[in-house]
Amino acid sequence: MIKIFNLSFLVFLFLITKANSLIEIDITRGNLDPLPIAVSPLFQNDSSKKNSINELKLENVGSEISTVVENNLKTSGLFNPLSKEAFLQKPDIAHLKPRFEDWALIKAQALITGKVTIENKKLKVEFRLWDILAGREMMALAFTTVPSNWRRVGHIISDKVYERLTGEKGYFDTRIIYVSEEGPKTARVKKLAIMDQDGFNTKYLTLGNELVLTPRFNPTSQMVTYLSYFKNLPRVYLLDIETGTQEVVGDFPGMTFAPRFSPDGKKIIMSFAKDGNSDIYTMDLENRIVERITNHPSIDTSPSYSPDNKYITFNSDRSGYQQIYVMKSDGSNVKRISFGKGLYGTPVWSPRGDLIAFTKLHKGKFYIGVMRTDGSGERLLTENYYQEAPSWSPNGRVLIFYRETKSNDKGEGFSAKLWSIDLTGYNERQVQTETDASDPSWSSLLSN
Amino acid sequence: MNFSKSFRNTFLVILLSLIVSACATKKTTTKVEGQMQGDVYTGTDTVKYLADGVPDRVFFATNESILTTKSRDTLRKQANWLRENSSINVVVEGHADERGTREYNLALGERRANAAKDYLITYGISADRISVISYGKERPVDSGSNPLSWSKNRRSVTVKAN
Repeated sequence: MIKIFNLSFLVFLFLITKANSLIEIDITRGNLDPLPIAVSPLFQNDSSKKNSINELKLENVGSEISTVVENNLKTSGLFNPLSKEAFLQKPDIAHLKPRFEDWALIKAQALITGKVTIENKKLKVEFRLWDILAGREMMALAFTTVPSNWRRVGHIISDKVYERLTGEKGYFDTRIIYVSEEGPKTARVKKLAIMDQDGFNTKYLTLGNELVLTPRFNPTSQMVTYLSYFKNLPRVYLLDIETGTQEVVGDFPGMTFAPRFSPDGKKIIMSFAKDGNSDIYTMDLENRIVERITNHPSIDTSPSYSPDNKYITFNSDRSGYQQIYVMKSDGSNVKRISFGKGLYGTPVWSPRGDLIAFTKLHKGKFYIGVMRTDGSGERLLTENYYQEAPSWSPNGRVLIFYRETKSNDKGEGFSAKLWSIDLTGYNERQVQTETDASDPSWSSLLSN
Repeated sequence: MNFSKSFRNTFLVILLSLIVSACATKKTTTKVEGQMQGDVYTGTDTVKYLADGVPDRVFFATNESILTTKSRDTLRKQANWLRENSSINVVVEGHADERGTREYNLALGERRANAAKDYLITYGISADRISVISYGKERPVDSGSNPLSWSKNRRSVTVKAN
């Protein structure tokens, strides 16, 4: 049975044990007791090690891949990767048939083993996931790819393990596009940047000559939409990150901003500001037809589609202050859904469809929260001096956003960083970036 | 006809200035803390001048785009100056403070810039001499994180375009 993944990944699915496993993880609650897992370094024989050094300048790509997996699992907050120093069994032997007693002794409940070879400029990786308590194999997979893709192999293994143990798709083989920030607050230089979800492989997509803001991924392709002040005309642009080609979206006689793709990737929805009034518009990317969706003298902005493309949530101050609204995607049936104390902004519909994430400002504090799509069940996940602009992981379990620190009267002490938090409100983490960063957007899973 | 129109406008401007400045003097007597009235900046720290006695900017209350008495006074001076310098075009830049979401602030900046532009138009300046641009919260003049700094950043600035 052969399954072909896009982006040149061949996956041979040679065995998935369907038997009921004893281990499973409930990710719907805050996980205060992460699953102890042993990630054995992937075994590599001597001739392959030589090739690894030649091709990748890495002594042992097998253990590097296992480190990628370990970091991903740990960052998810659902797993507790055990210290390798406690491992009793050698990687190659464990991969053939683990001595379950040895792994149970160090309290591992699951074990990942594997083997890598680099031959003829091909990287071949196989791995197995073992249930220690049940004493059986849960999953086995093999990949062949180009050696430079080794980090992605680690992410794909992480996704497979996550999916097997939680029952939900992972989010590790993904990228984050964001705005890199440098310089003083009064003359900030901003560039589009893209990196792997774990902070590696950062690339800068613009030079910083013009102000750029709010990049967002197309969920179905390698396209990005963002706001650029090119020639001092703030307009929504479309950028192909593979080819680097870009174009202005539509022909509007004024500022367009707050762009986002529809979930089917066929439209861009955004605000257009004219004569002091911002309304919501869409442009079809195939036939270039522009449609006006709202027509109201208030500010209507930050639109986001529901995953079935049938509804739009957006931000409006038509009640006098910023609140969150939901309407049908043709602009009819506008309903306000936020009624708590304070101001509400940046609504984003979860890819699972059940929740809307938002930013809330109340009594001088900023919150990232979620509510159901009818506005009920509001939950605030995190409170801080300043934070906003949540973006969902593709499985709808994690939010990434940016947070700014307060500066003193001279403007010192200011920083902008990316953070992530689980839907449960637990597991808040800073996401490492080379520079200060803001406006993150999470891609879909790159494979499958 | 053009002459009589501009004459009438000038007359109207003078008349209105008299009325408004009469109100303004009354209000300034109730002025509260040094450089702010309510949360609108009233100081001159960051202000530049388009010409002698013609301030380039006006300030706004949090989340507001309403022109204060003082702002209207400043904009009338700008209108007079623009009338005297008919070859000069301007860009009105709208700005917000850092205490709001980025996208909403872009819209708010645009709304503020247009409030200033509309007032200039009311005082006889042709709309095609004034363009607007919003920078939202992207270009603060004061980098502090305190109410006074924020009040300086909630502004619209009239800048010569040529």
